[in-house]
Amino acid sequence: MTTKPLKLRELAKGEDRFVHGHRMCSGCGAPIVVKQVLMATDYPIVASNATGCLEVSSCIQQFTAWKIPWIHSAFENAAATISGVEAMYKSLVKQGKLEDRNVKFVAFGGDGGTYDIGFQSLSGAMERGHDMLYVCYDNGAYMNTGIQRSSATPFGANTTTCPAGDVIPGKLQQRKDLTKIMAAHGIPYVAQASPANWMDLMKKVQKAFEIKGPKFMNVISPCNRGWRSKTNDAVALARLAVETCYWPLYEIENGVTKITFKPKEKKPLVDFLKPQGRFRHMFNPENEWMLKQAQEYVDNQWERLQKEAAFFGGEEKAEEK
Amino acid sequence: MSKKYWETLPQGSVVLEAGSSAKFKTGGWRSMRPKWIEENCIQCMFCWMYCPDMSVKVTAEGKRAEFDYDYCKGCGICALECPGKKGNKAIVMEEEGK
Amino acid sequence: MGKIVAVTGNEACAQALKQINPDVCAAYPITPATDLMQRFSGFVNDGKVDTELVLVESEHSAMSACIGAAAAGGRVATATSSQGLALMWEMLYIAAGTRLPIVMPLVNRALSAPLNIHGDHSDGMGARDTGWIQFYSENAQEAYDNTIQAFRVAEHLDIRLPVIVCMDGFIVSHSIERVEYIDDADVKKFVGKFVAVNPLLDIDNPKSYGPLILTDLYHEYKRAQHEVMTRVPKVVLEVAAEFEKMTGRRYGLFETYRLEDAEMAVVVMSSAAGTTKDIIDQYRDRGVKIGLLKPRMFRPFPFAEIANALKHVKAIAVLDRADSFGGMGPLYSEIAGAVMQMDTKPAMINKIFGLGGRDYLPDQAEHVIDELITLAKTGKVQAVKEYIGVRE
Repeated sequence: MTTKPLKLRELAKGEDRFVHGHRMCSGCGAPIVVKQVLMATDYPIVASNATGCLEVSSCIQQFTAWKIPWIHSAFENAAATISGVEAMYKSLVKQGKLEDRNVKFVAFGGDGGTYDIGFQSLSGAMERGHDMLYVCYDNGAYMNTGIQRSSATPFGANTTTCPAGDVIPGKLQQRKDLTKIMAAHGIPYVAQASPANWMDLMKKVQKAFEIKGPKFMNVISPCNRGWRSKTNDAVALARLAVETCYWPLYEIENGVTKITFKPKEKKPLVDFLKPQGRFRHMFNPENEWMLKQAQEYVDNQWERLQKEAAFFGGEEKAEEK
Repeated sequence: MSKKYWETLPQGSVVLEAGSSAKFKTGGWRSMRPKWIEENCIQCMFCWMYCPDMSVKVTAEGKRAEFDYDYCKGCGICALECPGKKGNKAIVMEEEGK
Repeated sequence: MGKIVAVTGNEACAQALKQINPDVCAAYPITPATDLMQRFSGFVNDGKVDTELVLVESEHSAMSACIGAAAAGGRVATATSSQGLALMWEMLYIAAGTRLPIVMPLVNRALSAPLNIHGDHSDGMGARDTGWIQFYSENAQEAYDNTIQAFRVAEHLDIRLPVIVCMDGFIVSHSIERVEYIDDADVKKFVGKFVAVNPLLDIDNPKSYGPLILTDLYHEYKRAQHEVMTRVPKVVLEVAAEFEKMTGRRYGLFETYRLEDAEMAVVVMSSAAGTTKDIIDQYRDRGVKIGLLKPRMFRPFPFAEIANALKHVKAIAVLDRADSFGGMGPLYSEIAGAVMQMDTKPAMINKIFGLGGRDYLPDQAEHVIDELITLAKTGKVQAVKEYIGVRE
């Protein structure tokens, strides 16, 4: 199968594989991520889903938003569950019991189900080499249970379990760099993407589907309930995350790091923080150190990433609008 | 013999009809309503790409059509992302019921 | 027909799995079940089976992968023990609630703390409410036979539930016994072709597995699950009858030994039944009317059938190789539930024995039977629940 062209008008003619009637909050980033992933290819896809917002809102009783085979079993095991599905596919095809239709296997999980409780299951599935793509929609907290801190929660954020209190002003730890951790598994493809940069995201999905073996994509997924932002700014914030280099767009293919989008002008991190109520306390005069520390972290990570990419020969030119 | 209600449930709670959520209309969640102003529309399709609720209808030619108010939750992402024409937005948000 | 071999319980179960040739096995090693999957891995790597083996990083993932594989639409097996089963706990409910016919030999072992690797039934009893069918085996032959029959029961279109096949850790899993193997072709024929129900890999007819079901329907789904369990005994007996035709070996929901004319009964599961039978013979020689009932199928529990088998006895001792701390032994609770259906209530006592692999010795059986003799005469229970074979 040839990789399909990513022309909006052509894509729009296609049939949705994730349909309306799902019950995600108004303005949620996750369905945008899911639709872009599924739209990027015409290959048959079977997906698993960790318990979480996406899962509880997309399949309730006899109402499913999925037009592809989909399985949810529990919170911490989307990778293990899909690895079982993939193993059965391999077994049945090998035995001639099932026609090989080049089926692609995808697991969706939020940051809770991926960075934290599902991390072992993810790590195991990647190491075992299943032919699958794991997509983490990272909204930076346990949103489904009511905005509790996760290891993906950024420094400083106010969550319900790390509230900005009188003594402790929100989360004091930096987020876990899961994308790099997945790259350290030595799997053939790891990428970071943003739904605002849809073409970049979909190209990465397309690339992932052409590679045999385990793949991982970390996609930022704004949550207006948890981020204390507006219902209309999911895409705008996903874009600001990229433009401030809080969420750089890059890929690591066979160990080679490549930045896939370099903002013309790196915006200050406050541009990303300011519209989000979860960072409001950081703008109080006594918490100036927090803004400084958050900016320093982003600067260091970005510099490091650029050095890595330079080591392998630089970055790709920006292709977005 | 007629079956009891619980006997009619699908085995293992498996949902057999793909995409059946379309039967569940979420349009009633809306407090703000997007309005499409066709003369300002450049058919960039960003509203369609970024809609989290698959509520922008598309013609057979792949062109943007009306909103699908059965499902649109009124988040306003489309209006914010709309580049419009010469500074005029092709999507504006209006209060529902006005 | 068949072949007589000297093998361990683990070896016999591995042989059964080899003959059944599941499409996918996902497993994680744990003592004393390690040896079972280790042997099976050898069959995979020597090309003796077609199985896709998924060597996961934990038992939780083992059961998760089994669930994915079974939903995908094929024959699935795994094996575990003790802490491994405990780690699977969450997924056991999901396998049963999703009606997936997974078969799992469980080499019974004690649960921590303190850490112990030897045999008792704490693990299996901990899983009694998960919705899995449970068989307990006395010896390697039964473990082998039960594993083969388990696939038929699990995959029966009226059932579609997962099955645990238990054998006692080390006592059975690691002891070499005489076992009669069935010919490969006969096992294959007996187990038959796997019939997929709503397979996830039917790409053209996409299904969604694992929806959210809230207060308006959850209760009904559980009612339906209960109903399936009520259909299990009939299917188990049908499968057993067919199995008897093939092998000459008879299986029921439980086994009785010299119980028909007994005035007293010992109820005990798995390997301890063998020792108890020997002691019963000795007492019978002395004219004591004592018999034994050995449940084979613990879930669903055959209440009515067991009540009927025990209806004529005056006193019952239930021996539990597990404890429910602060409650009665789990087997005792079930037998008491069965006895409630009888017109005349026998006196009942509960003995907790053999925890963490503590040997069940003939003198313990004698102690129990001596107490039963007094109990049958007086009808007076001194202590309902008591530990036996304990250092005092």
